[in-house]
Amino acid sequence: MRLSYPANVKIVLVPCTGKVDVMHLLKAIQMGADGVYCVGCLEGACHYNQGNLRCRERVERVREILQEVGLEPDRVRMYNLSSGEAPTFVAYAREMTELIRRLGPNPLKNSQPAIRVEEAA
Amino acid sequence: MIVAKRKPFDEILRMIESHRKVLVAGCGTCVAVCLAGGEKEVAVLAAEIDMARRLKHEPIELGQTTLERQCDREYLAQLDGRAEAYEAIVSLACGVGIQFLAERFPKIPVYPGVDTCGLAVNQDVGWYEERCRSCGRCVLDRTAGICPVTLCAKGLYNGPCGGTNRGSCEIDPEQPCAWYAIHERLKGQGRLDCIRAITPAQEWRDTVPRTLIQPGYRKPEKAKA
Repeated sequence: MRLSYPANVKIVLVPCTGKVDVMHLLKAIQMGADGVYCVGCLEGACHYNQGNLRCRERVERVREILQEVGLEPDRVRMYNLSSGEAPTFVAYAREMTELIRRLGPNPLKNSQPAIRVEEAA
Repeated sequence: MIVAKRKPFDEILRMIESHRKVLVAGCGTCVAVCLAGGEKEVAVLAAEIDMARRLKHEPIELGQTTLERQCDREYLAQLDGRAEAYEAIVSLACGVGIQFLAERFPKIPVYPGVDTCGLAVNQDVGWYEERCRSCGRCVLDRTAGICPVTLCAKGLYNGPCGGTNRGSCEIDPEQPCAWYAIHERLKGQGRLDCIRAITPAQEWRDTVPRTLIQPGYRKPEKAKA
């Protein structure tokens, strides 16, 4: 179909959305990404039974965290589609892009975290 | 195992509001298994604190570490010479670990990042149920392996009380009556005589800090630092 979707969307491939962790999403926002969304298979159609359902729960947890720290929860969202639905994929990419444009840039973009990992001696 | 739950984020943020350099210290044992204070939870809390403080234009310098256990000196020693670089520590260990960490670094404020909730079994991922109050005088031999101190709302040794209601507790129909369960299991084992004898009331020795020294060991004359 050769459909095009907004160029600002960068794709990170995972074997299943069940692999997506709270920290993956949080880190993206922490480092200044304006928004992150997960696109999983349709609910009830996960090859691994619950991967997309686990992802949805993690997305919900990250949305709560964003609310707690003072950011808009809508910067992180979950979408579902089947692998044959290219037009839906494009529609979601456009919807998310428009949503993020309305929210504006991530205010964390202008500063960097100062976190040091203290390894066990 | 010991289970705990993360304190509300606002509460943690308030504890450290005056500090500009804080160490978030997790524990890799019980609280890691119950998903409250292990390596991953340390990373999430550090990210939350970092984002919240930067959004308030009060940036904070953070350290994150997860010790194997915070209830053992040999692991706490790994922070010697490094903890001192921080103004405060938020510990995600259980209440035992938090206190031992605070004892090791008496000049640094140590704040709890979790509420310790008890000794529990793992019913499913993220779902824990309390089974033991560590009362110090186990009666499970007589009660068919069901603890009346923990599972009876009144902690009765010679139950049930008048509130038992067709297998449920009077506090909540969803809460099983421990003594009904004890009776049913003992009956099934043909051991009802176990609860015919009166069990005397618990001594209140658990109101003072207890020390446990296992057989074959002794208390050192002076605890090593």
